[in-house]
Amino acid sequence: MKLSRRRFLAFTGTTAAGSAALGGSLLLNPAHAAEGSQQPGKVLLDYPKTTISKAGNLKVGQPVSFSYPDSSSPCTLIKIGRKTQGGVGPDGDIVAYSVMCTHMGCPVSYSAEERTFKCPCHFSVFDSELNGQMVSGQATENLPRILLTYRDSDDSIEAVGVNGLIYGRQSNLLPGA
Amino acid sequence: MFEYKKDRVALPPADARKTQTCCHFCIVGCGYHVYKWPADQEGGLAPEQNALGLDFRQQLGPLEVTLTQAMTNVIQDDDGSYHRIMILPDKACKVNSGLSSTRGGQMASIMHSPQTPVGSQRLKYPRVFAGDEWRDTSWDQAIALYSHLTKRILEDDGSDQLMFNLFDHGGAGGGFENTWGTGKLIFTGLGSKMVRIHNRPAYNSECHATRDMGIGELNNSYEDAQMADTIFSIGANAYETQTNYFLNHWLPSLQGQTADKKRAVYEDGETIQQTRIILVDPRRSLTVALLEQAVGQGNLLHLDIEPGTDTALFNGLLTYVVDQGWHDKAFIEAHTTGFEDALKANRQSLDETSRLTGISKDKLIKAAEWAYKPKASGHAPRTMHGYEKGIIWGNDNYRIQSALVDLVLATHNVGRRGTGVVRMGGHQEGYCRPPYPGGRPAPYVDQEIIQGNGQMLTVWACNAFQTTLNAEQYRNEVLRRSDIVKQALRKVRGAGPEKMAEVIHKAVKEDGGLFVTVIDLYATKFAEAAHLILPAAHTGEMNLTSMNGERRLRLSERFMDPPGTAKPDCLIAADMANALRKLYEAEGNTEMAKRFEGFDWQTEEDAFNDGFRRAGQPGAPHIDSQGGPTGHLATYERLKAAGNNGVQLPIKEYKEGQLVGTEMLYTDYKFDTDDGKAHFQPAPWNGMPDTVEEQRKKYRFWINNGRTNQIWQTAYHDQHVEFRRGRYPMAPLEINPEDASDLGIKSGDLLELFNDYGATTAMAYVEPDIKPGHVFMEAMYFNSVMGDLVTPWTDRNIIPYYKGTWADIRRVGRIEDYADKVSFKRRRYV
Repeated sequence: MKLSRRRFLAFTGTTAAGSAALGGSLLLNPAHAAEGSQQPGKVLLDYPKTTISKAGNLKVGQPVSFSYPDSSSPCTLIKIGRKTQGGVGPDGDIVAYSVMCTHMGCPVSYSAEERTFKCPCHFSVFDSELNGQMVSGQATENLPRILLTYRDSDDSIEAVGVNGLIYGRQSNLLPGA
Repeated sequence: MFEYKKDRVALPPADARKTQTCCHFCIVGCGYHVYKWPADQEGGLAPEQNALGLDFRQQLGPLEVTLTQAMTNVIQDDDGSYHRIMILPDKACKVNSGLSSTRGGQMASIMHSPQTPVGSQRLKYPRVFAGDEWRDTSWDQAIALYSHLTKRILEDDGSDQLMFNLFDHGGAGGGFENTWGTGKLIFTGLGSKMVRIHNRPAYNSECHATRDMGIGELNNSYEDAQMADTIFSIGANAYETQTNYFLNHWLPSLQGQTADKKRAVYEDGETIQQTRIILVDPRRSLTVALLEQAVGQGNLLHLDIEPGTDTALFNGLLTYVVDQGWHDKAFIEAHTTGFEDALKANRQSLDETSRLTGISKDKLIKAAEWAYKPKASGHAPRTMHGYEKGIIWGNDNYRIQSALVDLVLATHNVGRRGTGVVRMGGHQEGYCRPPYPGGRPAPYVDQEIIQGNGQMLTVWACNAFQTTLNAEQYRNEVLRRSDIVKQALRKVRGAGPEKMAEVIHKAVKEDGGLFVTVIDLYATKFAEAAHLILPAAHTGEMNLTSMNGERRLRLSERFMDPPGTAKPDCLIAADMANALRKLYEAEGNTEMAKRFEGFDWQTEEDAFNDGFRRAGQPGAPHIDSQGGPTGHLATYERLKAAGNNGVQLPIKEYKEGQLVGTEMLYTDYKFDTDDGKAHFQPAPWNGMPDTVEEQRKKYRFWINNGRTNQIWQTAYHDQHVEFRRGRYPMAPLEINPEDASDLGIKSGDLLELFNDYGATTAMAYVEPDIKPGHVFMEAMYFNSVMGDLVTPWTDRNIIPYYKGTWADIRRVGRIEDYADKVSFKRRRYV
């Protein structure tokens, strides 16, 4: 899919601002992360900041598994191979998603050819290049997107948040995680 | 509030109110539970702290739950109190076993909430067009205008001037309560026969042929697909349009998980074999594509038929099957009439069948063997035939259906478990009305309107501006005639309902105008022509009963108030009838007043008891009810106790606190004819209608059309839900890559389609599974009406040939903002 210049700038702009705001040292504090947003003065959940990989280690179309925001939430990191909305890294093509289908939690698999995620249980298809938009299928929400930042200094990709509710949870942050 | 992250939901507390409901949308009628609780409370994470009984302190495993933000909402009741609702699929419901489709799964999102787009768009008060603007008004004023005008027209020119576009189904916008209330007003009270039904231009059935042959179109259970040797799917795309029937019943059968169910009903020694599926569809649909992955090529046969040649297919198969001696001679002899005549008329060689249908002889023989050749044990295979719009809206509905049922009868694939010849269905059903006062064929109401007939048109819970044939001409005429009335209304000042009725009456009687009333949830596209709009309630805002595609009757319970002063359709009909009765009583016309008696209903349950439960009872008038004469056994209380499994009609008895229903019809070989036998009907292949053939010769593309998974019907809710409208800002149109390249079309481009009847627009999705010269377009969309291209041709019963039209296509241009937000990845699971 070709992206018009205006849309692409809009997305990368948002991500840059987001990464600056979320880059504070508070987010590195696991004790703070466990508190969620129940404290006054907070609206957003306090997601942990987790280093996943070096951008240079990723190969186009070869997913890397990781978990985020905790060990019971499987996710996948993908270098799409072309610039994409919200993509990070030197080529703006690195994205990550929860791999539990929002419909009923079955593990979705990545198709490098189509650049989509597919669920074998009820045949939902999600677009990895468009914020996990449901292409077809039985889900009622798009695939949750793991928000990433890229650090030039050491080529690292970090997970800093989640857009969308991870399957099988009341909140993306489990108590005590 | 717009939720940006959407990363949390409020759980229902353990004591949240829990009620039952069926899905509003497709015929399958999946069972759901509604949880409702005060908005300032929420349940805890431990299983005993929330109404779902689930442990949210840890990650839940796959298939344990279906729960997304789309399944929740915050609503406001009439007393001003806010409540949260959560609507989740019912694991104990035999229909869906806890599955939710993308349509049903969003039910909470489409309930009225003051702060959502759905909420802002819902109609809340009656509106009357006054001069140059819409004014909210009271029910008294609105009903007074409606009844005064109706009475004037009835007295001056008779009931043929009172035209109706009327729903006839179950689910949202329908139900036994509402079909009865409207039917009693229109047929018994007003005596009008000028009624078009739901999605077709006359008062008719989509299944006249099968009924004439003695076989009601919903004659088996969903479970029968699990007992079948072969599923024969004809012009149906079950994954997208009957989703959980497909996922919960067809798929387990095709994946070899239902041998126990077969064993329980098969005869001793009868071969139990792997279920196979034959799909007749010119298009490689999503259902075909995913089945190739899910069940493998060896158990699937796709007959990619030439459009409009289904009659030829069935006649060729019938001929071949009889020539092989695979028909059931004893059954034909004992329980049917007309076999020899039908065979003689329909006889057609395999060579000729292959030539007409474009299907190879090898494939035809394979289909015949899978569906009809005796099994290893010598038993006839059990083949379930499921058909839908591919033939219902195909080339000569009555003829195709006759040819299909001839084939089914010859092979005795009805009345045995694992068989059946059933429509797959659109909406749930819920028909209960006095007899229709017109004949058959019924008047072609669209043409009457186009020709200038009819003075008053009431559009009730349907929207022919998006769902009719020859739609452009129809729309133009309705709007032109409506405007005559609008011009007259501009001169009315300081007038009450009676004076307004007088002005309108002159405009419609003398000047060719048409007064239009729209009764609906939203100001639909048809409301552009309206002068009076009345707000209706739907499932959840009223108690409502419907039956699904296996005749399963359930009660969907009311759990919230309708918005504003909106009310159930049956009670709107009662208001109209009561107002008319009073007008006639006031002038001492007891004869006319009597026609509007019996509407003293306080609730929708009163309407249910008056119609569905009185059918066939001593002293009751004749009532055409899908509940039949035992409908009286079903009370709201008993249906509440029966939960989301309800009871399959007809009800046999009420025993030990339970309603006992009927899983399969015709097991006793008593068919619905005067002589109790099933009747074969001759149905020789007759080619393409001239009107349609003319378009085929002139234009390049066959405009195949239908529904896609995420969009329900006219998108009346979906156009206000970002998850849906964001996916499809315009009607999607799938086109072959070579055709697209030839016309300079890329995915995301805006297209214009045009032929001799009209023009419409769509958005291109380049898709290699579409054949060259074919396209597939979402039908009935709110901003792209495929019906604009459809010819006015109908079959003998005024059933349209929506699937039969050709058009040319040109690239209009591109809106980058649309194209950037929409995925053009392949929808097929390949």
